[in-house]
Amino acid sequence: MAKLAIHADRGASEGSRFPAHPIDGLAGTSFKHQHITSILEDQAAKRGFFEVHAENYMGEGGPPHAALARIRQDYPVSLHGVRMSIGGPQPLDKTHLGRFAGLIERYEPALVSEHLAWSTHDTTYYNDLLPLPYTEATLRRVADHIDEVQETIKRPILLENPSTYLLFKESTMSETAFIRELVRRTGCGLLLDVNNVFVSATNHGFSALDYLADYPLEHVGEIHLAGHTEQEDDEGDLLLIDSHDGPVADAVWTLFDIVIGRCGPLPTLIEWDSAIPDWPVLKAEAIAAQAILDRHSGALLRGRSYAHR
Amino acid sequence: MRIAESISDAADGLDYPTGFVPALLDPGRATPALVAGPRGKAANKRFNVYRNNVTVSLIDALAAAFPATMRITGETFFRAMARFHVRETPPTSPLLFEYGRDFPNFIERYEYAQSMPWLADVARVERAWLDAYHAADAPVLPPNALTLFPVEALGDAVLEAHPSTRLVCSAYPAVTIFSANRESGPVGRIEARQPESALVTRPALDVEVRRLSPGADAFLGSLLSAESLGSAAATARARCPEFDLATAIVVMLEAGAFTAIR
Repeated sequence: MAKLAIHADRGASEGSRFPAHPIDGLAGTSFKHQHITSILEDQAAKRGFFEVHAENYMGEGGPPHAALARIRQDYPVSLHGVRMSIGGPQPLDKTHLGRFAGLIERYEPALVSEHLAWSTHDTTYYNDLLPLPYTEATLRRVADHIDEVQETIKRPILLENPSTYLLFKESTMSETAFIRELVRRTGCGLLLDVNNVFVSATNHGFSALDYLADYPLEHVGEIHLAGHTEQEDDEGDLLLIDSHDGPVADAVWTLFDIVIGRCGPLPTLIEWDSAIPDWPVLKAEAIAAQAILDRHSGALLRGRSYAHR
Repeated sequence: MRIAESISDAADGLDYPTGFVPALLDPGRATPALVAGPRGKAANKRFNVYRNNVTVSLIDALAAAFPATMRITGETFFRAMARFHVRETPPTSPLLFEYGRDFPNFIERYEYAQSMPWLADVARVERAWLDAYHAADAPVLPPNALTLFPVEALGDAVLEAHPSTRLVCSAYPAVTIFSANRESGPVGRIEARQPESALVTRPALDVEVRRLSPGADAFLGSLLSAESLGSAAATARARCPEFDLATAIVVMLEAGAFTAIR
């Protein structure tokens, strides 16, 4: 950290404070502070991008901002909101939304995303991505929340499909129908987490390919890949946990290849959030994703790009 | 949420969190009736995934914020203590680095930590460390700032605290215990018995923790309440006859505790 300078020139902006780094067709990784020295020394790593969890940069200053500002100089950055609670029924936390908008203004991220989930109820924050029923009422409420976010930050967000372990008895529509209707009503884009599709498909006994066939792939602006772990449900059947603590599973790589074959080379992120390995191990996962993207580089992007330029 | 909104949400089927959350932090409660597994499967182990995610991730957050405290108690003791705290006082902010402000007070009254009366103060130093880490960046008043200030006006001068500056007063050798346990090296027998207050600062990117000499804590406390130098020195001398004003000022300026003088 000592080699990082504090940027004292914040405040009124005169145009862009960071170089415009295109993110199209690139594979990236989660940005972990323990990797920053390796990343900056790794000249071969110049091709790629980094994604950060927005909440980790909502403090006022210090090493987190110094590290992110340094990385943002050299790379495109994707800002991934984790705790907006868009999928909850209660009004969005205006203070939190303001902090999110402030980070977008400060770091000019190439991509901005959030989750179809909730984590706050009343005043308690549960620190997890909790599931919601898929009904006409929740659809209206979530669409209102996405509208509010997008009006505040003045750009579309990419909404991420959840990994889920159970369902709500009151649900009246499928997750893909719910997501498709959110896109139609709000104009948001989508972050397709392929591992989440695989985890949910296994946990609920549906086909991941059927899910993808029913999913509005033309609105996807980013892909997530991650590792999962195995447990058992009450009946002793396989229950996959979206743990982000290991390499991407072979079945998820196969699904990813199919998605990129259909969509073209979308920005793709390797998420690794616990049991974090050394930089070369994480980078190797991104190189594997980049090889698949490059193999499909001739394919035209099927939809629109949601990347900020 | 307003009561009218809550009632209307319930009528619209928008009260799912109300049915979902009570069992999240209470393992004694049954799986909520509003959820199920697919094709008639049970949802107990499925719901337990969320229970586990919530509780374990919050215990992990406390473990990451209070590493010296955990080193002193051992991991098993710490995680059991943290679990009680998580269930009693879950976070109210989505910013996890804000969590744990009530943890030192919890440690103070935690039945099994009564034999370590200094443990809560070590946790207070660690909480202050995390505050300093995330505090706003600001320039530091240089060590020679007071010599450049008109001598006749020094008594009335007010020092403006750096955003990262924190003071933790302790009746125990909290700084010695904190410092010995914050790193991974071996911890010898701690001989210190004197009360130690901590000055926590982050003049640039590294958080620094210093031991304050007797009376200097009262002096700094007064300065942080925007009392003048003269008044703060008088308070410190009254509280502690051996208070050394010159040394206290040098230590605080070296630490980068202030950002301006006026």
